[in-house]
Amino acid sequence: MNNGLVIKVEHLSKAYQLGQIGTGTISRDLERWYAKVRGKEDPFLHIGENNNQSTKSASNVVWSLKDINFEIEQGDAVGIIGRNGAGKSTLLKILSKVTAPTTGKIFGKGRVASLLEVGTGFHPELSGRENIFLNGAILGMRKKEIQRKLEEIVDFAGIERYLDTPVKRYSSGMYVRLAFAVAAHLESEILIVDEVLAVGDAEFQKKCLGKMSDVSKGEGRTVLFVSHNMDAVATLTTKSLYLKNGELNLYDKTDTTIQKYLETDTNEVGIYIKDPNANSPSFTKVEVITSEKDGTHMNGEDLIVDIDINMPEIIEGMSVSLQICNSKEIPIIYTYLFDTESPLLRKSGVNKMRCILPKCKLYANTYYLIMHLAETKGKFKFEEVHKICEFEVVMPNKVIEWGWQKDSCVYTEDFTWEKI
Amino acid sequence: MENKEAYNWTIEAKASLFDLKLNEVWAYRDLLLLLVRRDFVSFYKQTILGPLWFFIQPLFTTIIFTFIFGNLAGISTDGLPKPLFYMAGITAWNYFADCLTKTSTVFRDNAGIFGKVYFPRLIMPLSIVVSNLVRFGVQMLLFLLMMGYYYLSDARFQITWAVGLFPIIVILMALLGLGAGMFISAMTTKYRDLAFLVGFGVQLLMYATTVIYPLSTALDKYPEYAWIIEYNPMTPIIETFRYGFLGEGSFSWGSLGYATGVTIALLLFGILIFNKVERNFVDTV
Repeated sequence: MNNGLVIKVEHLSKAYQLGQIGTGTISRDLERWYAKVRGKEDPFLHIGENNNQSTKSASNVVWSLKDINFEIEQGDAVGIIGRNGAGKSTLLKILSKVTAPTTGKIFGKGRVASLLEVGTGFHPELSGRENIFLNGAILGMRKKEIQRKLEEIVDFAGIERYLDTPVKRYSSGMYVRLAFAVAAHLESEILIVDEVLAVGDAEFQKKCLGKMSDVSKGEGRTVLFVSHNMDAVATLTTKSLYLKNGELNLYDKTDTTIQKYLETDTNEVGIYIKDPNANSPSFTKVEVITSEKDGTHMNGEDLIVDIDINMPEIIEGMSVSLQICNSKEIPIIYTYLFDTESPLLRKSGVNKMRCILPKCKLYANTYYLIMHLAETKGKFKFEEVHKICEFEVVMPNKVIEWGWQKDSCVYTEDFTWEKI
Repeated sequence: MENKEAYNWTIEAKASLFDLKLNEVWAYRDLLLLLVRRDFVSFYKQTILGPLWFFIQPLFTTIIFTFIFGNLAGISTDGLPKPLFYMAGITAWNYFADCLTKTSTVFRDNAGIFGKVYFPRLIMPLSIVVSNLVRFGVQMLLFLLMMGYYYLSDARFQITWAVGLFPIIVILMALLGLGAGMFISAMTTKYRDLAFLVGFGVQLLMYATTVIYPLSTALDKYPEYAWIIEYNPMTPIIETFRYGFLGEGSFSWGSLGYATGVTIALLLFGILIFNKVERNFVDTV
């Protein structure tokens, strides 16, 4: 079925500046402007830099998307896959006009509705009804249109009784349901959905997926869908874009693309690499080795963290600590190493060590590491590295009756129940 | 090569500075009204006094000004009843100052929304100006009530023909605040310093405007510095406002024309720079 193209992307690229943006920008802006006046190229943009987040490059400009070209036909449901930082969200942001590309063009046909986040613009003090109108208008609906769909939206969200209650009194589930309901009822030719279904309970997720498949299959609208959940991508979409380091690796049938993605994108997530400091001890590499590929760890398996520390000179009484914190930045696990007790940091140059957490039972969530490097006696802290080595914990595929609920706990333990 | 005419929108790296997308702004007019409503309703939700808070701030400022500048410092009010003189200045000044300060943080305050969904960004500053207009209307009511009170107690003031310029003055104040605010908001996405400047800058600017003293006194006492006050585009606006409602103040077509010129220039400049920053600010804010 060829209904014609609705989106055509040509040579799309997007550069981001890393690090501090606030300092020195006036002088940089002046330098940039001066280069432009002389007809030279921008001194801070070097095309060709790779967006590999684990290695540090000379320039602090990174290409989040590099020369992307693709076309989407009307009625297609297209998945966008790739690991964290591959450029998926950037691509959606550009397609939804939230940010402009650095180079390249996109041609499109028809109204675009994008759902990059659930409940954008919800005001906690306003009632559910008021928020439906406000949120709908933010997404580009006219008041009449919302009025016409109000009943349907309320019905889908299942919040009739709370329609005139401020949304700050809603449970988080109700909040998400309402927000998704508004966006799902938008009349648009193109629907862009980022990983928003990660929230909400399993039943509602199913309902949302059902609604989205209605949208693409039943109503003939075009859907672009980003997810880490390959099952969802496989059931919802027919074609998929596979992004790797900002480049379009493959654009093909979803099955083929997912297979390629799973084969080629090896475990590069959970790693931190930095050039050594010349004068003080520092972490040069921290790597989380998870039980599954792609930075995914199975609850109950051994979690391993490999650490390289560079010591320009030998210092006595070093200590290292490692915290694992969850996506809300709450530390869950704390481990430490005192060199006086277990001598692992006794030579100058790179010291390699490994921290093993046997049968690590973190609950399903996204986790990061926080690393500290200090000298115990003088209580001097050399380095503190935050939010590195992101990894994802998933629950074993054991059927429990209501499914694994988000935020049930932060850690699971072995347990038995018995009759007494 | 297929026909590109078939597409009805494009996204490009560079857009024309002068493409203000006013037709899009018009298409989103419902959003503008809903935002205004949100601001108004959320302002007094869970307060006891509710919309009365709109009155309290100008009322207390007037009382304090009357006491400090009027009685303690003895600054002339052109023979007008002191509270009436200050209330006129405060009401007008507040509208301009609110428009300016609220618009100047529009990118920062709405970074969350702007980062997640597209709508013509111009809607946000416009909604601020309209929201404040509601507030200004309520405060005007207070001013008119006070005029009524002084009229009944036979105070010396009179409404002149210039009161007919009121709508123009309101528009000028709104656009001046909007233009300056948009310029500052666009700059603050990169240079945060400006945000600090605005807070006390607006306060200082009030003293360079004829809010607590009449222009005639300034010209009288400091003839060599009075040009600062005269070049301030808000001065002719407030003077006209006072002349219209109270019959005192230095009104001239020339200075009002000057204020209009500055407003239009600043507004155009503000919109252009806002338009430029708007496309990429999500990456830097």
